[in-house]
Parts: sequence; C-alpha cells; structure tokens
Amino acid sequence: MRMNRRSFLAAGLAAAAGSVAGKAQAGETGSGQAVVGGEVVLATLLDLSKCIGCGACVEACREANAHKYPEPVKPFPKMYPAKVKAADWSDKRDVDDRLTPYNWLFIQTASGTYDGEPFELNIPRRCLHCQNPPCANLCPWGAASKDGRGIVSINDEICLGGSKCKSVCPWHIPERQTGVGLYLKLAPSLAGNGVMYKCDRCKDRIAAGGIPACVEACPEGVQTIGPRDEILAQARKLAEETGGFLYGDTENGGTNTFYVSPVPFDVLNQAVEKGPGKPHLASVANPFTTEDTLARAVYAAPLAGLAAGVLHLVRGATSEDGNE
Amino acid sequence: MNNRALNLVFRLTVFALLFTGFAQMPIFARYYLADVPGFAWTADYHLNHVLHYGLAVVLLALLGWRLPLALRRRWSASAVLAALCWAGIAITGLVRVMKNQPDAFFSPTLVMWVDWTHLGFVMLLGLVILARVLAARRKAA
Repeated sequence: MRMNRRSFLAAGLAAAAGSVAGKAQAGETGSGQAVVGGEVVLATLLDLSKCIGCGACVEACREANAHKYPEPVKPFPKMYPAKVKAADWSDKRDVDDRLTPYNWLFIQTASGTYDGEPFELNIPRRCLHCQNPPCANLCPWGAASKDGRGIVSINDEICLGGSKCKSVCPWHIPERQTGVGLYLKLAPSLAGNGVMYKCDRCKDRIAAGGIPACVEACPEGVQTIGPRDEILAQARKLAEETGGFLYGDTENGGTNTFYVSPVPFDVLNQAVEKGPGKPHLASVANPFTTEDTLARAVYAAPLAGLAAGVLHLVRGATSEDGNE
Repeated sequence: MNNRALNLVFRLTVFALLFTGFAQMPIFARYYLADVPGFAWTADYHLNHVLHYGLAVVLLALLGWRLPLALRRRWSASAVLAALCWAGIAITGLVRVMKNQPDAFFSPTLVMWVDWTHLGFVMLLGLVILARVLAARRKAA
C-alpha cells in the first residue's frame, strides 16, 4: 500500500488509531508493518530528484511549530563557570539557512559534477528520527524519547539544555536556546543552560490525524509518509528503478527518514556546506553494537550471581554439616 | 576470592558506577575535570555509557551473590531501606537497558520516571549509607 499525503489521512492513521495500545515490544503486524507500543511506526521518504528548493516546507514548518518555539526570559542568569556560554537565537528567529531553535528544517544545496554531468540538488534537512536514537538513549534526564510512531522528540518542560543530545547525535541536530525551561527553577547558575529544540515530526498534527506540515506543504510531492516497512520498500524500489542511492535506512542503526538521490551520498556530502546547524551526509555506523551485546550480560549477571551465591551457601552448609 | 577481596571489588565497582553514572550528565566538561590531562575521557558520553554497562554487570552479579547470604541475616530498619534502594537501582537500571535495545519501546513518561527514580535511589542510598556509617561511629565512640 503506497501512502501519499492524501491517502495517508484516510488509511495510514486509521491503522495507527486502531492498533492496540500498551505493547511494550516492537513487532510486526500481519501485513508486515513495524509496530511499536501498539502503534504503527511511520517513516518518510524524500525523493531528492523532485526538490526544487522553493522553501515551502521550511515556511510550513515554522508556521506549524511557531507555538512550540522558546520565549526566553532575559537577562539570562549568570552561569558558572564563565566558560559556559548562553545560546541565544531569539533575536535571530528569521535565520533559515541552518538549524536553530526557531528553524527545525532547512534546505541544504549540493552542486558539483558526478559521472561527468553537472548536478544541483536540494536536500531538506531535519532530524532523521532514528530507530535507536542516541539522543534518547543517552539523555540522563528522560527528556528525549522515542514514541510509538517512531517520532523522536524532546520534552521542553523537563529538558535542562545540557546539549548532550546534540553531542551524541551523529548529525548534531538539536539546537539550544538559553533562558527558558526547567533549569531556571533549579540552579540556573550551576546546572543546565536552557532547552534543546528540534523537529518532532509535527507529533501534535500526527496525533490529531494530520501529517507533518512539511509533507503537506510541498508543491512537488518530495516527501511521502507512511508505515516504515512500506516506505522503506518504496524507497528501495525508487532507488532501484532510478539507479539512485539511499540514505537513512542503515545509518546510525536505521532511521525513519529515507533520502533517495540520483547522486551518491558521499559525493553530496563533499558538496554540501557543513558546520554548526548544517549536518553532514556521511555514512554513520550503529553506535550501540557494544551496548547491545553488553545488555545480554547485564540481564544474565544477577541470575548468575544468585546461582553462584546459592551454590556457595549450600556447599558451605554441607561443609559445616560434614564438620559436625 | 575471600570476603575481603570481594568487598573491595564491590566498593570499587560502586565508586566506578557512581563516577560513570555522573559522567552521563554534562558536568565533567563544564567543571573542568575533562580539562585535566588524562581525564578527557570523563566527557566521552559513549565511553562512559559502555563502562557503566560493564560495571553494572559486575555489580548485579555481586548483588545476586550476596542475596542468599543476606537473606539469612537479621535485618535492621536501615538495612531494609538500603536493600530497597539497591533493588530500586538494579530494577530501574535493568529497565533502562531494556529500553535502550533497538526494538524495544517504553512510553516517554515511563522512561522519564525510570531515569529520575534511578538517580533518586542512588541519592537515597548515599544518605542511608552515610547515616549508617555515622550511627556505627557514634556507637563505637
């Protein structure tokens, strides 16, 4: 079943709404759709050959999410030590050529030559919503999380703005705004530094039965959203049919955003401007392979210890009986 | 391994878990520890995450080892409180490890409470241990 922005409303969310809540383990539905927490995991496909870089998605994102943007309290609390700097984008809200707390999606442009042919491609960039997100796995405060639809978001009510999520994100997506959030009520001079912001894939619109603003607004139909398995199959088919290249299916252990491009991503990565708020397009390995292996040892350790302890006690008792 | 050696391993493990646990928060870079030559690793989140997992294996095995012996002893009120803290730390830690598996899903609210209670149990255990040490010293004096 192919999902575009119209059919998604009728069919995609019906499946999500009708699914069973409270499931704690991921699995598959009868149709092979990935199910997490009783909800259908959604993914997006971006066909880069269609993007004309008009910026309609960026505008739509800003309009749809304006009510979530930070309104910092100024002046900012003095922070210690002095090397801790405030991150203030509140006077630069119009910046749209990079990610900021007020701009969760921007268009990256790559131009050059590939196979002797010139190319220019526009790449809408935002959070890729990883399947096993480092930001959520490593947030020590429970502020970043992944929900049942595969949306990775940051709870702005409890985030302390430590920016760990940005450090561990392979693309350094989240952006900090100082002077807002819970840290102001705790120890603003000594801990925390605001709130981290990034794309939440319009989770409020999704919850209300809609689709992300960027998907809806695109005049070229660059983006498609739907159940992850179907969207991934569609992305692979598109790449195969067009001789294109796929990004996001295996990166960082797998994401819920798939880019299909007529130009290899290592070439695009060389061509795009990279830096703060401007993520790369390099290949990213799964960072959690060691943890995933260690997890088995973590589960087994208390049982092994308990068994050894019981054995030790029984042997000790037997030994004591023998001595008597 | 005799009891004295096991106790030493236990204490070193707990200290290292505390250290790598606090290293999960962005404080060592902020407060210059990572700037000390040889301590840059304290600001490496991934490394400390892996170390925390590895140390948790040792701690959980030692707690499991101690449990049958502990159950045979008479328990004071503070010992019961300490045991509840250990159980809380172990259970919330295990839930967090399960949550971090690629195919697992727990609600964001549950994850938040698991994180907070894990930290809360550690702090409570610290207070309980401190109270027990002070009480023992007062008794000895």
